Amino acid sequence: MVDFAGWEMPLHYGSQLDEHHRVRRAAGMFDVSHMTVVDLHGSRVREFLRWLLANDVDRLRLPGKALYSCLLNPQGEVLDDLIAYFLTENWFRLVVNAATRSKDLTWIKARAAEVEGVEVWERTDLAMVAVQGPEAREKVLALLFGRFATTAAGLVAFQGIAGDGVRTDWFVGRTGYTGEDGFEVILPATSAPDFWEALRAAGVAPCGLGARDTLRLEAGMNLYGNDMDESVTPLESGLSWTVAFAPSDRDFIGRSALEAQRKAGVPRKLVGLVLQGRGVMRHGQTVMVPGVGNGIITSGGFSPTLEQSIAFARVPTATSTECQVEIRGQWLPARVVKTPFVRFGKPQFI
Amino acid sequence: MIEAFGEYRYTKTHEWVRREEDGSVTVGITAHAEELLGDMVYIQLPEVGQNLSAEEECGVVESVKAASDIYAPLAGEVVEVNLSLDVSPESINKDPYGEGWILRLRPTEPADFDALMNRAAYATLVAEEEH
Repeated sequence: MVDFAGWEMPLHYGSQLDEHHRVRRAAGMFDVSHMTVVDLHGSRVREFLRWLLANDVDRLRLPGKALYSCLLNPQGEVLDDLIAYFLTENWFRLVVNAATRSKDLTWIKARAAEVEGVEVWERTDLAMVAVQGPEAREKVLALLFGRFATTAAGLVAFQGIAGDGVRTDWFVGRTGYTGEDGFEVILPATSAPDFWEALRAAGVAPCGLGARDTLRLEAGMNLYGNDMDESVTPLESGLSWTVAFAPSDRDFIGRSALEAQRKAGVPRKLVGLVLQGRGVMRHGQTVMVPGVGNGIITSGGFSPTLEQSIAFARVPTATSTECQVEIRGQWLPARVVKTPFVRFGKPQFI
Repeated sequence: MIEAFGEYRYTKTHEWVRREEDGSVTVGITAHAEELLGDMVYIQLPEVGQNLSAEEECGVVESVKAASDIYAPLAGEVVEVNLSLDVSPESINKDPYGEGWILRLRPTEPADFDALMNRAAYATLVAEEEH
């Protein structure tokens, strides 16, 4: 067990490699109750979020639809990344990171206080279990009842549904941090242990932080604190696709700073690397791009699916396909690739 | 995991050493070490024929978490290495004292084996490190 942002969490339940393979091949589950659930209520929530977030919640029209966005400061630097769900016109839900909980809540509440008609509620009464893998949804659906189960079965990717009646505080989202299909279930903390045990009895493998990291890395998903932080913008973090510059008349916190950076030329980019040969790339190692300059590994590790080392690196924008990584005193060659490294369980390149 | 008392010795760098009938010694890393390191992914083995001094770096075990050097427990010549670790590095995690063996040495001085830490002393070392 390790301390993760003030939460005591397991690195693994036996073998992080086995757990990783279980998620890619069958179903695994993560206790992600450390994540912060923030509900926003009021008549002006949509308008507020269009100002607060770099991505545009106006894209969310189907009830339950969600998007991934960065939360920026006025300098365009990343305060956090999060998922935002549109539940009703008067209710949006944000799921933000654990390590940034206090910072995010202070920021969101301060910004909400500047407008009227937005109430911010942190849901500390809720736990969260992520069930991921090709068999994940069927395992979860077997434990739900009635209309809630039927609606959950009909969810499309990046859509969630809140329960009603007895299950008012339950919520199922077809989202995840692994690159596999599956659900993230938010539920009353008091109901979580029984739910977990029922999933375990149904054959879902408990998985720890080790597998969580190797799965998200293979899937090309950033980790706040490693791949981006308050010293960089989304444009330098492989997250340009999450910034909605269109429509041009939507101002949002950080917009002008990002436009200025774009105009001047973004100096660095986040790329995927595959090490050529044996060894493991790790956070903090130096990257050298011949003729161009230096960079740094932001997230690195061993890919159990590819059976070689993969990483994200922040490098000069002019970097093309080759670089060298300094590992334990030696320079080893690495190839620049487009992420994700793995999609639906399959490697994306040779 | 069965460790027959008296046949195993240990180092402060968490290798185990087992004397074989022919006088050679087999070397691996202990359960304590492999638990701390986590799932193994790459093992760098020494070369057969290599002459090692005591405590000389002779290989690397790389896990999902970190890379860790292996040190020769005593001086000698490498007579065999466990090539199956190239394909199945996880043997070190699953069977650290058996299938997960790393190298075999012919000691320059056989009596050096008896000077190594015994099981009780190693258990004390581990208990102290865990504080």
